[in-house]
Amino acid sequence: MTSETIKEPAGTEKWARHKRLEKNVALLGVLAFGAVIIGGIVEIAPLFWIDNTIEKVDGMRPYTPLEQAGRDIYVREGCYLCHSQMIRPFRDEVERYGHYSLAAESMYDHPFQWGSKRTGPDLARVGGRYSDEWHVQHLKDPRAVVPESVMPMYAFLADRDLNAGDQKASLTALYRVGVPYTKEDLDKANDDLKAQADPNGDAADLQKRYPKAQVRDFDGNPGRLTEMDALVAYLQVLGTMVDVNSAAAQEDLATEKGR
Amino acid sequence: MESVVARAGVWLAALFVAIVFFVNAVDTGFAVHMAIFALAALAGLVITLTKTNYLAVATGVKVAADQSRYDDDLIRAGVILTTFWGCVGFLAGLYIALQLAFPVLNLGFEYTTFGRLRPLHTSAVIFAFGGTALISTSFYIVQRTCRARLALPALARFVFWGYQLFIVIAATGYVMGITQGKEYAEPEWYADLWLTLVWVAYLIVFVATIMKRSEPHIYVANWFFLSFILTVAMLHLVNNVNLPISIFGSRSYPVWAGVQGALVQWWYGHNAVGFFLTAGFLAMMYYFVPKQAERPIYSYRLSIIHFWSLIFLYIWAGPHHLHYTALPDWAQTLGMVFSVMLWMPSWGGMINGLMTLNGAWDKVRTDPIIRLMVFSLAFYGMSTFEGPAMSIKWVNSLSHYTDWTIGHVHSGALGWNGMITFAAIYYLTPRLWGRERMYSLRMVNWHFWLATIGIVFYASSMWVAGIMQGLMWREYGADGYLVNSFAETVAAMHPMYIARAFGGVLYLTGGLIMAYNVWQTVAGNLRDELPLRQAAYDQAADRPLPAAAVPAE
Repeated sequence: MTSETIKEPAGTEKWARHKRLEKNVALLGVLAFGAVIIGGIVEIAPLFWIDNTIEKVDGMRPYTPLEQAGRDIYVREGCYLCHSQMIRPFRDEVERYGHYSLAAESMYDHPFQWGSKRTGPDLARVGGRYSDEWHVQHLKDPRAVVPESVMPMYAFLADRDLNAGDQKASLTALYRVGVPYTKEDLDKANDDLKAQADPNGDAADLQKRYPKAQVRDFDGNPGRLTEMDALVAYLQVLGTMVDVNSAAAQEDLATEKGR
Repeated sequence: MESVVARAGVWLAALFVAIVFFVNAVDTGFAVHMAIFALAALAGLVITLTKTNYLAVATGVKVAADQSRYDDDLIRAGVILTTFWGCVGFLAGLYIALQLAFPVLNLGFEYTTFGRLRPLHTSAVIFAFGGTALISTSFYIVQRTCRARLALPALARFVFWGYQLFIVIAATGYVMGITQGKEYAEPEWYADLWLTLVWVAYLIVFVATIMKRSEPHIYVANWFFLSFILTVAMLHLVNNVNLPISIFGSRSYPVWAGVQGALVQWWYGHNAVGFFLTAGFLAMMYYFVPKQAERPIYSYRLSIIHFWSLIFLYIWAGPHHLHYTALPDWAQTLGMVFSVMLWMPSWGGMINGLMTLNGAWDKVRTDPIIRLMVFSLAFYGMSTFEGPAMSIKWVNSLSHYTDWTIGHVHSGALGWNGMITFAAIYYLTPRLWGRERMYSLRMVNWHFWLATIGIVFYASSMWVAGIMQGLMWREYGADGYLVNSFAETVAAMHPMYIARAFGGVLYLTGGLIMAYNVWQTVAGNLRDELPLRQAAYDQAADRPLPAAAVPAE
């Protein structure tokens, strides 16, 4: 088949230039790749250097080794598939879950767990809203406390020793990706892990380095450090670090230079 | 001889490395995975040593592959595995749908909780079913449209089986709780590295085949495949920058945190839809629809416009997954604007596909494979209209976090991706095994109706569920208080979850009928039935152009 046999519509010359791409896979590939990198660069890159992306707030601290171990269990069990951790600034959400989430509140979250679906309620500020006993009971058998619930049963967490591996290694990895642990935090990670769940131990040192850290036996079984301890410790710290009511109003921030 | 020794040496080294990692593993999951890697390396070694033609090696005669035939071994395996993974993925989906209706089905074992099975379902359908379909059809289409035998056959085999290994590692990992906690990017760091290796090899095989083409022009399907391969490589690399806690352990932490992590993830997540499930499947559409309809593509110019605008615009749309979150407002608005604009190039693809049937619309009545294709395109059009609508912030404030999103995803996945893949399987199976037709075209028709009715149940129940959920969450009484507790909204979902699961039963049944039909066709059986229309096929002409032929220009 030759091009002469086809009656070319008017204006075909303009389109003929595209034929160059159709005959050169390198050119086609370079241009196709060029087309897809622009959007990502324009949208994502500025988030790393526009400094008001994350407004500074007081109270944010890295997770304690026990809370982080609980967070790792939260990730492992895929809790994020049904629970969000991102309260939107709507009247109903703020009344239901608390103050809308601030960017700073997840700044140490590797990975972020904002979620995309609420088969269950938002957990961004679940810390302190229920007792430890409620959490343990609910995790073991959700329908025992919430008959309508469709949550899976996590009784196995209470039967398993917390085998977080070497928590120093975990915290060191987090430090390397940007979480501001001190050298002392890293060195004492494995002791801190135990100290936070030990109601009889001395946790003053832990609480000095991790302000407002809650120290107690979380799973109702003081003799044993279980995965349940860690997960409940994590749930109880969610949304409690920042005193959201002290954050500056947007109107005040707007008058600052450079915004 | 040297090449045999070298290849066996590479497999032996891989086996050795896997064993070292296995021995030093700090957690059980990692040990299991290294054992799987070791078994795969062992299989590679055994195949290298047993499949070598030692006579040819000894006599120094190099047996070249027959360049006048297409290399279809992998595609045959691909058709079978696509069918298999499809049924596995649909079954997993049905099971977790039933778990939401009847939570006792979580069984109380850690391995069977919704949280671990849900990634298994999404990965099984997107990456196992969809990915195997994409790799197989791209190898089929690139050979036919270039009129050239697949380049680098050994590397192509590495791509195909290496990808299957990735699927096995990912799937077993989810059940054991190995995840990096990012939706649709759950596999851990070592699986990510392995996939990177496979993907680079995929790009090399694909481009090398295009470079040895006999046709002067690169067909539009291959533009889409090329863009799919390149962009998925970029997305995968950027979203999976992780720091392992130990190189002998399965766990790692992503470098990106909080708000940046969220945007990188949804830039990845949305474009996994855009390039894996859209660009790649559009490439399938651009080959199989004209072939089955026996009509040329409707508009060459439309294909140019919609290709470039689709790939350029898609990449911006990610932030619509983060409306009203702590992501800066400018990024949300930018994402929304581009998502709305994306409606047009998406419909460009649908129009180009549907209008290809101009003058052949009667075939919708007589050809069940055409019927699958037409409905696939209709669902593509429907969900690419729904998507931009849901990306508008005002709509999203209601739909986000609800089952409406789940319904939207499934009208695209079950309707568009599923049906175009079924059509491709029905097109390929008789041709690849040299059969006169599918075992039964009437069963294709059954599959079509089961799938269609299944999607209707699925999508409509999730629309009702999602909108009801969204409205119940924000409902205020005359007293100024919230009307519904969260638990009440969960209870209200129950009938919708059952209706959705019923839709899933129909869809899975259709998939099982397809598996039976493919199996019988491969076995060489023909069902005695009244004939239905099918596209003509000339097996003698289905081969690469001989080297001496003058290419058409």
